[in-house]
Formats: sequence, structure tokens, C-alpha cells
Amino acid sequence: MGRLIEEFYKLPGVGPKSAQRLTYYLLRMPAAEARALAEAILEVKERITFCSTCQNVTDANPCRICASDRRDRGMICVVEEPLDILALERSGSYQGVYHVLHGAISPMDGIGPEELKIEELLGRLHSNEVAEVILATNPNLEGEATAMYLTRLMRPLGVKVTRLARGLPVGGDLEYADDVTLTRAMEGRQEMQG
Amino acid sequence: MAPPRLYKTEAIVLRQRKLGEADRILTLHTPAYGKLDAKAKGVRKTTSRMAGHLQPLNRCMVQLARGRTMEVVAGCETLESFQRLREELERLSRALYAAELADRFLPERVESETTYRLLLETLRRLQGDTDLDLVLRYYEMRLLELSGFRPELERCLGCDQPLQPQPNFFSPAGGGTYCPPCGAGAAGSRRLSVNGLKVLRLLQRASYKEVGRLNMAPALAQEVERHLRSYIVYMLEREVNAAAFVERLRREQQPLEAMS
Repeated sequence: MGRLIEEFYKLPGVGPKSAQRLTYYLLRMPAAEARALAEAILEVKERITFCSTCQNVTDANPCRICASDRRDRGMICVVEEPLDILALERSGSYQGVYHVLHGAISPMDGIGPEELKIEELLGRLHSNEVAEVILATNPNLEGEATAMYLTRLMRPLGVKVTRLARGLPVGGDLEYADDVTLTRAMEGRQEMQG
Repeated sequence: MAPPRLYKTEAIVLRQRKLGEADRILTLHTPAYGKLDAKAKGVRKTTSRMAGHLQPLNRCMVQLARGRTMEVVAGCETLESFQRLREELERLSRALYAAELADRFLPERVESETTYRLLLETLRRLQGDTDLDLVLRYYEMRLLELSGFRPELERCLGCDQPLQPQPNFFSPAGGGTYCPPCGAGAAGSRRLSVNGLKVLRLLQRASYKEVGRLNMAPALAQEVERHLRSYIVYMLEREVNAAAFVERLRREQQPLEAMS
């Protein structure tokens, strides 16, 4: 049991008390459920790979989004992490395909362009299929640096490069917004419809 | 003097790292309390009121609460956001380099008003000036001076004689310059041209106003950068991460300029 507690403790967001609680919960769980959990963990490690096209994590290659004939291959949305795809898919507002960089440029931490899946992205642009690349990296310093760097690389290739709008978040307060956010929000204002 | 339980201070955000689900640990440079780490809670959520104010390189007024292991950011307002720095990679990469150097050279929680002013002036120069590399060279030399690593540039560290106007040697391990006979045997020494020495001395002695008038040929600028960098790397006993990105941009920019 000590071993299991220790293993749980290694997980992100799990402290010593939670690790103990999870272990006791598993102890009382029906054997079949415990087996299903153990198998699911093993399966994730054994079957999940990276999609050779978009670099997303997947159990099939190419992944379901890349393989789907209902997605628009003329648009590539570039994100930092696979979890960002889940968020965008939840919104249901995007019908194109994706590209996962697996990180963002962070010069002070020694993470340069060579650490990211940038070559793979540029490789996808050589077929004339792609009309627009949407940069959906995070609106923070690293994400902006990555977006600027990618723009510099892709401009000469003649592809349209766009950036997700930056501005006020839904449920936020104008009063507390910082200058950069307000400037962006003002620049990106749109005419009211209706 | 130990700060009170809740206090306000101006600060420049040097760097940040993720903590847990939605928090960040920020490294702040303050004038009165020096460099310190502070936890900013919930700033990775989109509705965080503080997130935008606490971006790296921002100068802001922060309210800090003393915590058990580190300060906690209780409030924050931007004073200067250096927008132009954020919109041009050449400027941004160099500003990050400057912030990384400050982070590496400063001890924790030691009053350092002078380095704070220096960093602030450097960020403002990087935002407006044209010779960005010269801004960095001046910053490097001043920072070395202020943190007690002033290199010797007047006499030979071997025989203690004043240097003659001829190609001499520079050795990071020795802590400065050597005359030709002594320098040939000094550990890790490299040739230092007459003009290279002149520029290094100017950086050490002159104000930025005078230094800003310099217009160096690329080869000379490169030599000065190389000597200063090797000296910094020797003193820090580690590479400066952001330097690699600055160099990469420079390398990739050259073919682009050649084309246009």
C-alpha cells in the first residue's frame, strides 16, 4: 500500500493526504473496476502515439480529426498543447484541422524553436492545400513570441497567417484590465450586428 | 529591515514559472527588497484580474503579503508595459536576455536600487533605440560593475604594468587584461584588439550618452560581444539561455535582408 501511495503522490496536484485517500478508495473498489483502471493506464502508455500530421496525441494514425472528411484542410489552427485542442473542440466553433507545437518559445528557459514541432508545421504548408494558418498560442509572453516567430517563417511562403483575437475575457471586468489587453481590445473592436 | 506583513512596492517582473493548476511563481526585481519570488494565485485563468499586469518585463506596483515560504501577490497595477518590446522579436529577445542576466547576477532579498534603475533604463532603451546590441553591451558592463565583477582593463594582471597600445589579451578566468608576453600563457586568454580594448574601456567609464554615439564595424562589435559574453559565462558558471535565441534571430535575419 505504501508503494501505491507513493506512486499517486508523484502525480500533479496530488498531495500526501490525497494520495492516501485515493489508495483507500481503490482498496474498497470492486476488483473489476480496479482492473479496468489499471488496464486503461497501461493502454494509454502502449497505444497512444503522436499523429504524424498534426502531432496531436492519438490512438490512431492519422488522428480522427486529420482523417475526418468533414474537416476543412485549408485551415490549420496552431496550438501549444493537446489540451488546447480539447478546449477548442468543446467550443464547436472551428471546423478546420490542427497542429500541436508541444510547447512555446521560452528563451530564458532555453526552449528555442528547435524544441517545438515547427519543421513539421512548415512541411504541411508546402502542399498548396492550406489557405490560412490560425495562430492560437497562449496570449502571454511565450505564446506571443512563438506567434511572432512563426509569422516571420510563414510570411515568405505566401500563406495567410492570422492570430486569435486578444482582448477582454467573457465574465471579466474592464476596470481591472491591463493596458496591453485594453489596447488589443480597442484595436480588435467590431461593429455590432443586429 | 524586514518588510511588514503587507507591503507595496514597485517591481519589474523578471520571469515566471507555472505552479500547480492555475498559479505562477514570479521572480520580481524590486528597488528596496531586491530580487524575490512571489506566488501569484489563479493568474492562469482567463478571468484573472492580475494576469495581464504580471506579464514578464512589466513594471508594476505590486502589493505583497509575506507568506510562509514566499510572498503572495495580493494586488497589482501596471506602470509601464513596454508594448513595443513585445511587438518586435529583436527587441523582445534582447529584453529577455537583460532580464535573465539580472535574475542570475542578483542575490535574493538584498536592496539593489542601482541595478533596478539600470534594468529599467535598459528596457526603455531597448524599446526606443536602434543599436540594440550596444544597449546590451553597456548594460552588461554596468551590471558587472554593480554586482562586484568589474573586469580589469588598465593594467596587465600578470606583471602589473600599464597596457601598451598594441594587441593584448583578455582572460575571463584571470579577471581582465594581460600584456602579450604574460597573456600568451594565461588560462583561457584570447586576443584583444586595440579597438576592442578602447570600446571595453569606454563601456566601463563613460555614460550611456557617450557610448550611444559609438558606431562599430560588425567585426569589432562581434569581438566586444564575445569577450563580454565569455566573461559573464565564466562568472555565472553557466550559459545565458536567452543568448541562443538572440543569435538565432540574427542568423535567420541575415538571409532575409540579403533577399530584400
